[in-house]
Amino acid sequence: MPGLGTSFGRGGATTFQQDLQDSDCIVIMGSNMAENHPVGFQWVMEARERGAKVIHVDPRFTRTSAMATKHVGIRAGSDIAFLGGVANYILEHDLWFREYVEHYTNGPVIIDDEFADTEELDGLFSGWDPEKREYDVESWMYEGMELHGAAGQREQGFRPTKGEASHGGHGGGLRHGEPPAEDRSMEHPRCVLQLLKHHYARYTPEFVAETCGCSVSDFVEVCETLAANSGRERTSAFCYAVGWTQHTVGVQTIRSAAVVQQLLGNIGRPGGGILALRGHASIQGSTDIPTLYNILPGYIPMPHTESYGDLERYIESNTSPTGWWGHFRAYFVSLMKAYFGENANAENEFLFGALPRIDDDNSVYWTLERMLEGRVKGYIVAGENPAVGHANGKANRLGLSRLEWLVVRDVVEIESASFWYDGPEIDSGELKTEEIATEVFFLPASTHTEKDGSFTNTQRLLQWHWQAVEPKEDARSELWFYFHLGRLIKQKLEDSDAERDRLIKALRWDYPTHSAIQEPSAEAVLQEVNGWEIGSGKFLSGYPELRDDGSTLCGCWIYCGCFKDGVNQTARRKPHWEQETRVAPEWAWAWPANRRLIYNRASADPDGNPWSERKRYVWWDASHGEWTGLDVPDFQADKEPGYVPPDDAKAEDAIAGGHPFIMQADGRAWLYVPQGLEDGPLPTHYEPHESPFDNPLYSQRANPRRQQTDDLAEDPYNPVADDPGADVYPYIVTTYRLTEHHTAGGMTRSVPYLAELQPEMFCEVHPDLAREVGLEHGGWATIYTSRAAIEARVLVTARMRPARRKDGRPVHQVGLPYHWGSHGLVTGDSANDLAHLALDPNVHIQEVKAFTCGVRPGRRPRGGELPRFVAELREQARSRRVQEPRVEPEQARRT
Amino acid sequence: MTVAPDGWLTYDVARQERVGFFTDTSICIGCKACEVACKEWNAIPEDGRDWTGYSYDNTVQLDANSWRHVAFVEQEKPVRADGDGGTSLRWLMESDVCKHCTHAACLDVCPTGALFRTEFGTVVVQQDVCNGCGYCVSACPFGVLDKRHLAPAPDLPAFAKEDGRVWKCTLCYDRLKGGHEPACAKACPTESIQFGPLDELRERADARLAKLEAEGADGAQLYGRDPEDGVGGFGAFFLLLDDPEVYGLPPDPVVTTRDLPEMWTNMLAAAGALVVGVAAAFVGGRS
Amino acid sequence: MPLSKLLESWPALRQLREGDLLGLGKAAQSPRSQRLRPRIDDADHVVPSICPYCAVGCGQLVYVKDGDVQHIEGDPASPISRGRLCPKGQASKSYAQSPLREYRVKYRRPYGAEWEELALDDAMEMIADRIIRTRADTWETRTDDGKPANRTMAIGNLGGATLDNEENYLIKKLMTALGIVQVENQARI
Repeated sequence: MPGLGTSFGRGGATTFQQDLQDSDCIVIMGSNMAENHPVGFQWVMEARERGAKVIHVDPRFTRTSAMATKHVGIRAGSDIAFLGGVANYILEHDLWFREYVEHYTNGPVIIDDEFADTEELDGLFSGWDPEKREYDVESWMYEGMELHGAAGQREQGFRPTKGEASHGGHGGGLRHGEPPAEDRSMEHPRCVLQLLKHHYARYTPEFVAETCGCSVSDFVEVCETLAANSGRERTSAFCYAVGWTQHTVGVQTIRSAAVVQQLLGNIGRPGGGILALRGHASIQGSTDIPTLYNILPGYIPMPHTESYGDLERYIESNTSPTGWWGHFRAYFVSLMKAYFGENANAENEFLFGALPRIDDDNSVYWTLERMLEGRVKGYIVAGENPAVGHANGKANRLGLSRLEWLVVRDVVEIESASFWYDGPEIDSGELKTEEIATEVFFLPASTHTEKDGSFTNTQRLLQWHWQAVEPKEDARSELWFYFHLGRLIKQKLEDSDAERDRLIKALRWDYPTHSAIQEPSAEAVLQEVNGWEIGSGKFLSGYPELRDDGSTLCGCWIYCGCFKDGVNQTARRKPHWEQETRVAPEWAWAWPANRRLIYNRASADPDGNPWSERKRYVWWDASHGEWTGLDVPDFQADKEPGYVPPDDAKAEDAIAGGHPFIMQADGRAWLYVPQGLEDGPLPTHYEPHESPFDNPLYSQRANPRRQQTDDLAEDPYNPVADDPGADVYPYIVTTYRLTEHHTAGGMTRSVPYLAELQPEMFCEVHPDLAREVGLEHGGWATIYTSRAAIEARVLVTARMRPARRKDGRPVHQVGLPYHWGSHGLVTGDSANDLAHLALDPNVHIQEVKAFTCGVRPGRRPRGGELPRFVAELREQARSRRVQEPRVEPEQARRT
Repeated sequence: MTVAPDGWLTYDVARQERVGFFTDTSICIGCKACEVACKEWNAIPEDGRDWTGYSYDNTVQLDANSWRHVAFVEQEKPVRADGDGGTSLRWLMESDVCKHCTHAACLDVCPTGALFRTEFGTVVVQQDVCNGCGYCVSACPFGVLDKRHLAPAPDLPAFAKEDGRVWKCTLCYDRLKGGHEPACAKACPTESIQFGPLDELRERADARLAKLEAEGADGAQLYGRDPEDGVGGFGAFFLLLDDPEVYGLPPDPVVTTRDLPEMWTNMLAAAGALVVGVAAAFVGGRS
Repeated sequence: MPLSKLLESWPALRQLREGDLLGLGKAAQSPRSQRLRPRIDDADHVVPSICPYCAVGCGQLVYVKDGDVQHIEGDPASPISRGRLCPKGQASKSYAQSPLREYRVKYRRPYGAEWEELALDDAMEMIADRIIRTRADTWETRTDDGKPANRTMAIGNLGGATLDNEENYLIKKLMTALGIVQVENQARI
């Protein structure tokens, strides 16, 4: 989550779910929390019962809206316009928390005079290169600073500022703890606060109402409520989920909430924060200990093809002189010791030279394109269902059909395993079973009751689950599969002299096993994740103990401490009623260092006293000379509030006693992100890649830096705005989940008690759209895009409101749950088949929360008629296009 | 004042505190955890995979295979009386359940003794006694009681073999006997379903209603809380945000066997004489 | 049956003796109802767990009887969930025991029309061989412009957000050592 990472320093929720009960106002946006996180939602209800305002801003009126004290309907894809409007309102009416902004954010910092805002450049920031379609971010820097890591490397094309290389948000390499140029009065025209004012000046309530399709009064009510419930005495929290991330401006949407929460002084304080609500049991864990291409455990960047083979250069370009990223070498070396043991040593640069390198983007949709080209031969899918869950399902299934071999591991036979005989393309004739060369292995997986292990939940909490029963027959855990697969491969390559086998031969792969099936010990793996001192074998109690000389071993530095004292801390289950505070620190273990609410030094004022008695959380105890409070202080325990770093201070010692954001090079939260993001230092309203609207602000319509699959035949785009042919796809479509199902349905369409609760694919449409198109409640609708056409039962409901054009004409929105596929107790068409593959440039996430579609009554065509139907409409749209295609600034102008 | 439910006093020293449900719909999020928790605990068969189009309700009603049912009511009302200012939406959700009436008609009409009042004051069907006659089905003013008819389905689990008998909420009789709260109440994420001693629940409900009224809730009302109503009050009562009819509930339910006692008095005189006579004959014979 | 027992079971007499003239209460209680107890009280053991669905992280208690999951419900001790579960979490026993659950390896040969049986050990050998072969065939020591690459771009691994940390750790560790960089999960979608 670079949105949070670049703003605050860590890519995780800033708070914990139970803390919501102390909020005075909760804004839920980009999330349908009551439906998708019902048990977490109890804390919102607790707050509401105590008198807190609960505001839900969402295109749809959902079960969350029904529980909110206020629902504001907005057009799907207009979130930044709304939040930018909130920022503007707060600034305009002087409702911001001056002391907090002055001391804890980069609001006073002066920015390079080369920097130019979108307001000057019609929707582009300075540094845009139309050929590469990317930004040179040099002009975005703080005044008087060089781009860290740039020296000697920029000419070689290495870009240390890439979003993907800064997943953990440690991109900001300041050479000093303090930015060189600041104006504490925040009146300098190039200080961040003034830039912010300028950037959002046109986001007036009227602009928001027009762009988002809400009323001025509803919008102002939200702003006033938020402001009234922020400050010394009160705090407000934001909750979001994939309603924000699944856009071509996903990261910037989260950033805009980070801006609002900084202005209001709500980060690091009880009842405040930004709670990222994640959808899978360990999606946070699979980012921390990543199964992601661009990072190694603990947000350590994967080596890049262009960073050459030199360890020193890699270390230097990833080490921040100030803040906790100052110890990058210790984190990295300890990881290499965990991976390769004694085979990694100082003499061989800890095997750095042999590590694989990534290119700019080797993410999942990039892989899909290579799969469609036939360049990816083998694929292992473990607990994910791309045939249903990924955007443009058809492209995904076609990709699978072009593999040489495919391994699918799941508890039931999911569509990604069955596509070759019952996928939609078999019915349409686009694929023929006997012509598909893919060799498919389906291996049954174990459930959570059949294995030990830990999940990291949405609040960074590692919770252990114990094996209850043995898996039956061939069912196995992933731990078993990957351990034995690695063991077999190592065995087979034992005698290889090939250079490419050097690493696999060097791999430490000796976990103890138990039971008849030789299940590896999950606890042994967790011990390695925690790490130990190699000489003594003593478990480490936290990442400050990591050393850079190869004498410590640690599989994931941010998880260091989870096996402190040789005790599985994640397995702690002291009942909450036996714990002293609602923070319940003895239930499981949170990263980092068991801190539940991070950046909590900000819950005290610069002098270390609570901002107010009502909101006390962590404070400076002068008599004992230490930070104390309800939680583990997210600060060096004995660093005085007045501490001023000496000139030669390094790493955490270079962070002053008044700066709570200890992962940031300057210890401040970032209203403005000088480096670490691909698409701008400040969030800007752009239209979705596919939208019926032009950008009301700029001739630059959509995010210029968004990733597009140019010329990919499987991923054609709909015409947009008022372009000819756009009327073939006149509606906005948004996809989502229902309480009764989980994601692509593999874990719920197979469960009788859940299948019966939501048995069929349906669409939600407003009565006016039903009338306009001729849809009958309870009947069928065919929904189509340039990619596909699907059918769904029709639920006509006023909960699905139309957006409005400036002239008042409605633009209807179609709601589609995405749980169904061709296999399971209940089956149906997949909403994701409609979606395209334009992505957010920072995290490569697809835009399924807002794109365009057409709707017709009745069921979709069958067999070969289906692709013909889709192609005819696409042609119809294309034929209306004028010869000269739209040229946007992104294609034409260098800035 | 509290009316003792029919049959409950017979337990004498074995009698437990009367317990029930207070279902507060003002905090129901419509997640249906109650429906699933009930089915998991009581091993209830599936109830059909039909999409209905009734908002998010595909369960439709309480029946032999659904002992909790979450109703969804979508309302659109003008914000202002003059019609200006658009409309405001309300989405009501209510988890319905057997009311465990103080005066339960199902109990009265059951000829086999399959239906009985438990020591907890709840009403339970005993499947080891029920012969599927169905008298109770028509007696229930809420349409809760239902005979189980299973459509043959290949993937139904093995337990789903029963047929023809009447099934309904037992308020998790077996769990109560072990000191556990009913499955639905335990699962409910927001405590919309509250379990406890009925007297306590009534107090809690009164306080809750007062709070909502103080906050300006228009139309909030308790349903089945009043021991003076037509069924002597529910063992499982509700706080609704609108009139009962809106949720598909009868506004003024009356025990369908209200006139039975009079009839019984006459019958019992005759039957009692017979019983005493026969018993005396047996006892006499034995000695 | 002794006569006294027979007599006792005679409803009319029970009604009289238990003061339950209408036969609505104790007199109607069947022997099964009298003996009834919650099945979890007979569990062999109770195993603490965490819900496998979303990231709220609700505590679960798994009741085990005769080597099978007997029941799953919320763990009241959890400060996050306080014993509560949503419909999915509440259905996780049915998930683990789904009628569609697969317990055997299935194999589809290239161009094959049907699944075939395959022993797990054979499948593991075959998968290992395919990784080794594809990797050898497509290994990139350097990029086209001569920079170190140490990788294969012909193999990918997908999934992780539903898995345990320990599993993700082994996946990334193994794949990195094999030079497989296209490792991805649902955090991307």
